[in-house]
Amino acid sequence: MIEIIIEPFKYDFMVRSLVTAIASGIMLSILGPFAINRNMGFMADAMAHATLPIIAVGVFLGFSISELGVPASILIALFLGYIIKNSNVGEDTAIGIIFSSFFALGFILISVLNVTINLEDLLFGQILAVSQFDVLIVIAMCFAVVSLVIIFFKQLLFYSYDPIGAEVKGLNTNFLNYLFLIILSVAIVASLQTVGIILVLSMLLIPAAASKQITDTFVPSIYVSIIFGVFSSVSGLFLSYFFNLPSGPTMSLVATSIFVICFFVSKLKKVRIQ
Amino acid sequence: MKTAEESVLGDTAIIVSDGCCVQLGNTPALDDVTFEINKGKKVAVVGPNGGGKSTLFNAIAGLVPIVAGSLQINGMSPKDAKGTISYVPQRDLINRNFPLSVKQVVEMGLINKSSLNLFSRKKINSKIKEALENVGLTEKINENINNLSGGQFQRVLIARGLAQDADILLLDEAFSAVDVGAQEDIMSLISDINLDGKTILVATHDINNLEEKFDEVLCLNRHCCAYGDPSEVLTKDVIQEMYGSHFEMFKTHTPESHMKNND
Repeated sequence: MIEIIIEPFKYDFMVRSLVTAIASGIMLSILGPFAINRNMGFMADAMAHATLPIIAVGVFLGFSISELGVPASILIALFLGYIIKNSNVGEDTAIGIIFSSFFALGFILISVLNVTINLEDLLFGQILAVSQFDVLIVIAMCFAVVSLVIIFFKQLLFYSYDPIGAEVKGLNTNFLNYLFLIILSVAIVASLQTVGIILVLSMLLIPAAASKQITDTFVPSIYVSIIFGVFSSVSGLFLSYFFNLPSGPTMSLVATSIFVICFFVSKLKKVRIQ
Repeated sequence: MKTAEESVLGDTAIIVSDGCCVQLGNTPALDDVTFEINKGKKVAVVGPNGGGKSTLFNAIAGLVPIVAGSLQINGMSPKDAKGTISYVPQRDLINRNFPLSVKQVVEMGLINKSSLNLFSRKKINSKIKEALENVGLTEKINENINNLSGGQFQRVLIARGLAQDADILLLDEAFSAVDVGAQEDIMSLISDINLDGKTILVATHDINNLEEKFDEVLCLNRHCCAYGDPSEVLTKDVIQEMYGSHFEMFKTHTPESHMKNND
């Protein structure tokens, strides 16, 4: 049994993939409970899709996706935050406009600049292709995201729960708003190689949603979300190796299976209580 | 009428509004509002929907800019006075998706601007316990906030203000969406807190028996229709100025008429 488990790690690319999968799992699932309780799923999806034109131009100029990670995520977060705050069309509509127009712009740029990008890898992830350098970048981003969440946890929670109360208390809510957008954007961009633009949302939201089914309060829901997120990405990686499946979609489906189980466990618990 | 500067020099004025104007978009939400609230007063803020009650609270809390006139809190601008005020907003402005415990919500009153909290864990716990004792919810400390009734929820938010040790407590629509018993509990709690010297402003639609419940009433309909002792300022003219054609409803709406209807 142990031999079967360690067998994939004869290959360096699998070790790199495992580390990346764990780092992405931690990053996305620590932010997931904030995102689902603040109804930020659509915003997160827009962040992922808005990376496409930046990646297109960056790759055209000779940068790798990892090298583009931090500046791209900060740019996207600041831009989205500014537009949403200052537009008069409503948050959902503003996000929708940015989401679709940036995605369209990305495709146009890829075509016009004749950029060599494997679109399928970009949309659905290709964790097996990560380099040593990519791994280091993802670890550094994971460390930054987790550290910032721990340092500003109470302020972020207060702001997310009662933004008016937080502002009246004297907290810098503008800073907290942009801080959260930036760390969310960093986690999303850093995970693009793991699960891709389209499926990154599943790794952000599904472990957190599953966790919410079986936990009563917020802090435990974060711990359980991290466990589910890491389990989904690691087991998805194993399954994709042994059954020759695409890794990103496999991780996403493992997370969905966990959600379905938690959903029914929660329903059963409620029926028993009644 | 004293000017804002003169009032601040007095040792009891805590909120001084001198011709305060607030604009929301192109609409004037508060127009030339002048009043002066002394420390330790229990004030009802009444007026029609859109009359500027919430806008006034937002102005006091430093959430909206003042376009003309002045508003001073303890001699400071509302922006500088942040932290000395606790605001219990209308329920729908709070994100109730978050499955937080009562303890976590009360602890928010102790969260500082800096990431590092200067209070020790022991001190934090003791302040939370003390605040919950004051609102009579000690046994609910670990309860999920979403399992509480409307009245209990309001009391938790008041406890958050007590933990913060705010000088001024603003309660926006504190009595809406709670039953009569809970309204009585909240009112009695407000009176207890008021005895400790806190200044409390409550926005309410209920203008019945205000003289029994509050020291003063501020009547708003974008401008200040009247301010002072409820038994003196709530005249027919003032009520008509606030509610216009709906005046007749309030004229006949007395506790006695309620009893008659129930018979």
